[in-house]
Amino acid sequence: MGNWVINYWLSVLFLATWLGLNVFLFVHAFLSYEKADKYFYTREILGSALAWARASARCLNFNSMLILLPVCRNLLSFLRGTCSFCRRSLRKQLDHNLTFHKLVAYMICLHTAIHIIAHLFNFEHYSRSRQATDGSLASILSTLSQQEKDEDSWLNPIQSPNMTVEHVTFTSIAGVTGVIITIALVLMVTSAMEFIRRSYFEVFWYTHHIFIIYFIGLGIHGIGGIVRGQTEESLNDSHPHRCAEFFKQWDNHDSYCKHPRFEGLPAESWKWILATGILYIFERILRFYRSKQKVVITKVVKHPSNVLELQMSKRGFSMEVGQYIFVNCPSISYLEWHPFTLTSAPEEDFFSIHIRAVGDWTESLIRAFEQKHSPMPRIEVDGPFGTVSEDVFQYEVAVLVGAGIGVTPFASILKSIWYKFWHADHNLKTQTIYFYWICRETGAFAWFSDLLASLEHEMEELGKVDFLNYHLFLTGWDTNIAGHATLNFDKATDILTGLKQKTSFGRPMWDNEFSTIANAHPKIGKAAC
Amino acid sequence: MGQIEWAMWANEQALASGLILITGGIVATAGQFTKWGFGAYSIAAGVFVCLLEYPRGKRRKGSTMERCGQKYLTRVVKVLGPLSKNYYVRAVLHLGLAVPAGFLLATLLGTACLAIASSIYLLAAFHGEQWTPIESKPKERPQVGGTIKQPPSNPPPRPPAEARKKPSEEEAAASAAVSGGPQENPVLVVDEVV
Repeated sequence: MGNWVINYWLSVLFLATWLGLNVFLFVHAFLSYEKADKYFYTREILGSALAWARASARCLNFNSMLILLPVCRNLLSFLRGTCSFCRRSLRKQLDHNLTFHKLVAYMICLHTAIHIIAHLFNFEHYSRSRQATDGSLASILSTLSQQEKDEDSWLNPIQSPNMTVEHVTFTSIAGVTGVIITIALVLMVTSAMEFIRRSYFEVFWYTHHIFIIYFIGLGIHGIGGIVRGQTEESLNDSHPHRCAEFFKQWDNHDSYCKHPRFEGLPAESWKWILATGILYIFERILRFYRSKQKVVITKVVKHPSNVLELQMSKRGFSMEVGQYIFVNCPSISYLEWHPFTLTSAPEEDFFSIHIRAVGDWTESLIRAFEQKHSPMPRIEVDGPFGTVSEDVFQYEVAVLVGAGIGVTPFASILKSIWYKFWHADHNLKTQTIYFYWICRETGAFAWFSDLLASLEHEMEELGKVDFLNYHLFLTGWDTNIAGHATLNFDKATDILTGLKQKTSFGRPMWDNEFSTIANAHPKIGKAAC
Repeated sequence: MGQIEWAMWANEQALASGLILITGGIVATAGQFTKWGFGAYSIAAGVFVCLLEYPRGKRRKGSTMERCGQKYLTRVVKVLGPLSKNYYVRAVLHLGLAVPAGFLLATLLGTACLAIASSIYLLAAFHGEQWTPIESKPKERPQVGGTIKQPPSNPPPRPPAEARKKPSEEEAAASAAVSGGPQENPVLVVDEVV
């Protein structure tokens, strides 16, 4: 429990603040519409549904403003860089940007549901009041526009008893934009479901761009002024507390109370979303600008199991260990940017990524590079992004755990440690490394085994055999492989990988591993991916 | 874009539309809105759509994540035959189900979403996709009895073919033989475990 608190206290604080703000905005707006005199007559027709609709609208504005921020990755990188004096745990929060984006999206869906249901009741109440012939306050209020000299002083948007709510919906700006942006929201959510996103990324990526329709629609949703409150002037001369019960006498010339006059609420959504909207536009322009910078491909290596290594260089590019870049190949797709962890060390004069063929885009890319007779496709790079894993170098003993594809940042880390060691970098405090590599089968990561083999070899040459201790765990073994392993038990190198350390099968027993290491060393730094 | 299975997205969209239809229907019926009869219809249509769409179909390539508890509904949906398998039929069905709900504001959103799901299903049908149920393979029970084979009938040490009738004593004394079987060991053999 204590460990959980240490690791997650900042996330919990951040989320609690966000939820707290949501609750505050909701309750504040709710009370203001439920109690204010300005809406006394409006509430007479609509009841509490007015307050529910307005409160959820306020939260929708707030969350729509927030949702664009976590996806401005260049802005986040900028924050990360400028806040280098900030605690690491603060900067690490920036890595969870997509989780926050999804949480805000769920909140938007929830408030959309509340908002729509409340407005359905509102329209129904307006319709009933318009059709009522019982002479109640509500029905008098509904017929107001027909009697006043100034046409704009109506309260009920349903102007005639024959008008259906469907008709009002599609003839008012609020109604039409509301329907359109809700459909856009539903499409965005269904195409972003994890199953669809992971299996058919293009469907998600292209459909998600209808957020543009959502934001434009949200901005103009309120300009019709369909939510009406009593004007200041009217409140002064005919306050509802004084005049409401005498509504039957409003028509009389000698009555103290005149007909109340109403005005529409001005649109406020645009005020919320304008700033972050502009920030996001800047972000996209910046991504476009950075993508236009020339990327030179210095080397292309084809590894077994359909893995392609691309070594590139770009003017002004500087990276740290554990970071990733976004790559775009215009000849395959103009709009798709895919993230890849950097596998090169910062000390090298190029940066590299290893690409495995797992889907449409990656397969097309690998095929494009395999064409011997056509020129190499142009690559655009944006980045690097991500929190740096430089903490690893601060510990004398480092335990690194890489599972499956998570082994890629460790390629960068191990290479960097090697370079620092070689150049006797004083910042490198690491004396011993325990590296645990867990994967189903090594086929896809044969390039990483080669890296380990060369590191092992160089350690031997330097006589520092115990600097790098690595353990490889294969979880996808069967009796055939195990049989082979037992037969070749006495061989010096492992038959599967050719490394000096033997491969283990199954998952590591962490209790044993950690206690062995803990007994040997007092202070350990651990990194896992 | 070549490997997209549109039906998978259509399925998510249709499931969402079903839920929206149910919600809109409940609001209209509970609030006793004008024309709330359409609301009651919408609840029924929404429930039907949700039940039909809940079992996810099998992907053409790769493994498919089943929805929680979908295997019970898979059996029912399978029985419906072309209604569930053919996506043209599904597209028309969804469009037909959506239309009546379009007459009421509360369920209008459900209509729009279901109509979009219907058009994505139409696209899927053009691409020749169809719904295949995800069935769990029956577990292969290891036949315990089957792996035990009869011990070899003529185990070593074997005398040379000419002397088959007269087993030589040196060979008999050499190694441990499998017990049982028609071989008769002239000397008592002991299994030594190293």
